Amino acid sequence: MTVSFNRRGWLRAGFASIGALVLGACDRITDSPKGVAFLQSAEGLTRRVQRLVVDRKALAREFTTADISSDFRANGSIDPTDADYVALKAKGFSDYRLVIDGLVRRPLSLSLEDLRRQPPRTQITRHDCVEGWSSIAKWTGARLGPLLDQAGLKPSARYLVFHCGDTLEETLDGSGQYYESIDLIDAYHPQTILAYDMNDQVLPVAHGAPLRLRVERQLGYKHAKYIMRIEAVDDYRRLGRGNGGFWEDRGYEWYAGI
Amino acid sequence: MGENEWKMTKPKKVLVYRHAAITRLTHWINVLALTLLLMSGLNIFGAHPALYWGQKATFARPWLLIAAEDHGNHTIGFTQIGAVKFNTTGVLGYSGKPGSFDQVAFPSWATVPSNRDLADSRHWHFFFAWIFVINGLIYWLVGLVRGHIRRDLVPTRHDVAPKNIWREIVTHAQLKFPKGEEARHYNVLQKTTYLGVILVLLPAMVLTGLCMSPGFDAAARWLVDFFGGRQSARTIHFLTAFTIVGFVLVHLAMVVASGTWNNIRSMITGRYAIAPQAEPANAGDVA
Repeated sequence: MTVSFNRRGWLRAGFASIGALVLGACDRITDSPKGVAFLQSAEGLTRRVQRLVVDRKALAREFTTADISSDFRANGSIDPTDADYVALKAKGFSDYRLVIDGLVRRPLSLSLEDLRRQPPRTQITRHDCVEGWSSIAKWTGARLGPLLDQAGLKPSARYLVFHCGDTLEETLDGSGQYYESIDLIDAYHPQTILAYDMNDQVLPVAHGAPLRLRVERQLGYKHAKYIMRIEAVDDYRRLGRGNGGFWEDRGYEWYAGI
Repeated sequence: MGENEWKMTKPKKVLVYRHAAITRLTHWINVLALTLLLMSGLNIFGAHPALYWGQKATFARPWLLIAAEDHGNHTIGFTQIGAVKFNTTGVLGYSGKPGSFDQVAFPSWATVPSNRDLADSRHWHFFFAWIFVINGLIYWLVGLVRGHIRRDLVPTRHDVAPKNIWREIVTHAQLKFPKGEEARHYNVLQKTTYLGVILVLLPAMVLTGLCMSPGFDAAARWLVDFFGGRQSARTIHFLTAFTIVGFVLVHLAMVVASGTWNNIRSMITGRYAIAPQAEPANAGDVA
């Protein structure tokens, strides 16, 4: 038996094996915690440079009513089945109370009527999903900054953690509960609101009723839905799996400005 | 020209110093960064394999869609451009090992990581985006300060004469490559192509990429407007990436056609062999 390899055959085999080696190496880096940590070092650079370049109070673009999406996509949980949430929803959220506690001097417990009496803000903004799509909607809600001032953040408070009413992934240790965290720069940004209305209607369940976070200038997964409790903390690493959010615990960036 | 003729005529090959160390270094870093940016980018695209124009998605009417659909007893992968649908099973939309196909936009051999993973592909993408940007800035800075860009890439008045441009197009199309003095410099087609890549295509990748960042958008709305909105920026990011792929394919073909090892050596050691100017009498037999 003779095996004949022409030049093209060799070249093709050569390129294919080099390609397979490179791909294999990339996958090995991806599968090793150190490899991913190395790649993730870029995130800190991105966050610092964006914080440096983008003014802290720079507003995300606001659109007109003509720009509003008729097909705004709902992602993640769209109808939570958690018992507490189902009970709240059954009574039209009349028993709902938003708790603001943690490193604050005066913990708050606010009904939806209380929230609607807070300094409001309405904004038509673009929601950018990490997957790549964008949708535009009009959001009305209570500005987070004044609420935090009422609660009186202690000097040690550095982050706000949003505890949500939905379990997005069934896990034994409860780490499938949705949560998110933001820093105080974003918390006090004028467009950061706790939205109770969407497109002049009461916020639908699919989009986070009764209350969702709007933290414009970051990707969609930071905009926590079904907010039950806001906890001021000095460090988010003791929560969940330690990365500051449900998707962060599953490999996504904590700083979702890009 | 074959080996024997080469020896018989005994022409003196001249080794010239063609590429400065910084050009060679930034070139290969660029190769690495662009390869990984492309492959991780194709994986990212797979998270939402549709493209739109404007600021927002119009989910029911993407201009490009790469997906899979069920046909009762079998699944097909398809690529839809506007209203036209192509069956691209095996490559786009539905591909994999025989017998175990997955619904992925781009096949696993073309993406990093090889399995669909938005979180990890973003880590790859942003890491090499920084490498790419820093590398590009160094290239630009050194190229401007040391005059590489002005001296070697900006076309001269002679270059842009219509007669010269036409001559270059004709000789290029015939794959006749310059010798002697002429081979010491890029011709007008090379200059405009390389300038187009480093001045337009590569910066466009960075800028359209940045326009997809909601954080960056708050600082530079005008740039998002310039590209026609965030979804347009995503579309242009994708189209520019494939324009660069097209450039690389032509670039590699020209490298092979004009002397593979000589070209590769010049980008590694800097030395490029130039064949002597052919005498007018035997001008016909240069191939």
